[in-house]
Amino acid sequence: MSASSSSIAGSGQRSIHAWLLLLPALVLLVAFTHWPAVATLIDSFYSTPKGARPAVWVGVENYQSMVDDPVFWQAVRNNLWFAAATIPASIGLALLMAVWVNERIAGRTFVRMAYFTPTVLPMIAVANIWLFFYTPQYGLLEQVTGALGLPSHNWLGSPSTALGAITLVAVWKEAGFFMIFYLAALQTLNPSLKEAAAIEGASRWYFFRRVQWPLLMPTTVFVLVNAVINAFRLVDHVFILTRGGPDNATTLLLYHLYEVGFKFWDTAYAAAITVVLVVVLSSVALFQFFVLDKKVHYQ
Amino acid sequence: MSSRQAPAVIYRHTWLDTFAAWLLALLWILPLAYAFWTAFHPSEYATRFDLGAPWTLQNFRHAWDAAPFARYFLNTTLLVAMILAAQLVLSTLAAFAFARYQFRGKNIAFALVLVQLMIMPDILLVENYQTMARLGLVDTLFAIGLPYFASAFAIFLLRQTFMGIPKELDEAARVEGASTLQILWRVYVPLARPVYTAFALVSVSFHWNNFLWPLIITNSVESRPLTVGLQVFSSVEQGVDWSTITAATLMTSAPLLVGFILFQRQFVQSFMRAGIK
Repeated sequence: MSASSSSIAGSGQRSIHAWLLLLPALVLLVAFTHWPAVATLIDSFYSTPKGARPAVWVGVENYQSMVDDPVFWQAVRNNLWFAAATIPASIGLALLMAVWVNERIAGRTFVRMAYFTPTVLPMIAVANIWLFFYTPQYGLLEQVTGALGLPSHNWLGSPSTALGAITLVAVWKEAGFFMIFYLAALQTLNPSLKEAAAIEGASRWYFFRRVQWPLLMPTTVFVLVNAVINAFRLVDHVFILTRGGPDNATTLLLYHLYEVGFKFWDTAYAAAITVVLVVVLSSVALFQFFVLDKKVHYQ
Repeated sequence: MSSRQAPAVIYRHTWLDTFAAWLLALLWILPLAYAFWTAFHPSEYATRFDLGAPWTLQNFRHAWDAAPFARYFLNTTLLVAMILAAQLVLSTLAAFAFARYQFRGKNIAFALVLVQLMIMPDILLVENYQTMARLGLVDTLFAIGLPYFASAFAIFLLRQTFMGIPKELDEAARVEGASTLQILWRVYVPLARPVYTAFALVSVSFHWNNFLWPLIITNSVESRPLTVGLQVFSSVEQGVDWSTITAATLMTSAPLLVGFILFQRQFVQSFMRAGIK
C-alpha cells in the first residue's frame, strides 16, 4: 500500500478533502431535510403568525386542536383504510404478475410492458382518464354496468365508494412497479430448485408456498416498506379525482396537510400534522433498520 | 443439461395462466388504450366505441391552443435537466468521499444522508415553502428543483458502486501524477456509467411526474411544469371535453411513454437496479 500518503500529517489534510467533497450535498440535505424537520417540530408548539402578530408559544395547543379536529381523524381513518387496502392488493398482484411474466408465456414482452406502463406515466395525467371511467351516466364503468342492467352509480360522488375508487387507481399504478423487484428476485433463484421439487413430485402450489415464497421474503420486506411509505405519500390522484371529497371521504393525511397549510394558511397546525407524518415515516425506517435483516436493503 | 429439460415440462404454465395474464394485461392498459382512442377521434366518439369513426388530430390542436403547453414543456425539460445535472455532480463528489476516505464523523455524516431516504422534501412542504419565501425564490423553476439537488439515493447508489472499484486502479493513476479529481473523473465515473444511466432514468421519470411540491411553489405560467399546467387546465369547469383532455394527457406523458417503449429493456433493468426513487 502506498501508505505514505496516509501518514499522520497527511490524514488531517485528507479529512479536509473529504469534508469539502461532502459539503455541497450536506448543506442542501441539512437545509431541505434536517432543518425543516426540526423547525417543523418547533413550529408545532407556536401559533400561526398573522399579519403584525408574531407567532407565540402555545405549547401543545396545536396538537390539542388536532385531537379535536374531526377531519384529521377522518384523514387518519381514510389513510389507514387506504394503506390496508393498497398494500396487500398491490403486493399480491405484483407477485402474481412477476410469476407470470417470469414464465415463457406467449407475448411475454407485451404483457410485461402492459403491467409496467402505469409506473412511468404521470399520476396526474392518468387520473384524468380514470376520472372519465368513473363519470356518472356516460363513463366507461357506467356503460359496462348499464349493459349488465345494473343501476347507475356515482362512484366518486358517493362517500361509500369514493375511497375505494381512489384505492383502485393507486393499486393499478403501483402493482407494476413492485412486480419489477419480484421479477428480479425470481430470476436470481436457482433453477435446480424447481427441478428438484418437480422430481419429488411436489405440486406447483406447494413449490411456491414452501420454496419460492420463503426465498422471496427479503424482496417482500423491501417492497412492503416502500408500499407503506407510498401509502402515506400518494395524493396526486386525489387532486384530480375528488379533491378530498365528498364530505372528506377521500381526504388522506398528506392531502389534509396541504389543505391546512396552503388553503387555510394555518402553518402552525400544518406543522403539527407534518410531525405526525414524519413520525409515521420514521417508524417505518426504524422498523426496517432494526427489526429486519440489513441485507434486505440492497441485496 | 439433459436433466434440465425433462422435469421442466412438469412445471410448464398452463393455458389458463396465459389467459389470465393476458386478461390482466389488457385491463392494465385499458386506460391508456382508451386515451388513445378518444384523443385521435372527434369528440362525439369520446364516449362510444365505433370502429368506423374517423381519425383526427384536431383534439391535439385544441389542447395545444387551450393552454401554453410549449411553455410547460420547456419548463419541465429545463427542470428535469437542472435537477439531474445537480444530482449527478453533488452525489458523485459525496459518494467518492464516503467510498474512499477515512475521516472523523464519517458515520454520522452518512447517517444524516440516509435520513432523506425516508423523509423526503415532499413531506416537509410548509417549512420548505417558507425557506423559499425567505430566499425570494417562490414561483421559480430553481425553487422546484433545489430541495432535490442533494439526493440521498444517488449518493447511496454511487457509494456502493465506487466501493466495488479496485483501489489498484486509482493508485496506478496517482503514480502517473493524476490529481484526486482527475482520478474521479477519469477512473470512477466511466466505470460507474451503467449506474448513472439507471439513476438518470429513475430521476427523470420521477421529476417529470412530480406534482405536489411544484403545485405549491409555482403560481404563474412562467414557472409551471407540465403536471401542474395539466391540472390547472383540466380542472376548468366549462363542460368537460374528454377528447381535448385525453389529447393533453397523452401529450404530457408522450416523452416518457416514447422513451419507455424505445428503451423498455433498460428501463425495466434500471428500475430493478435502482429500487426506490
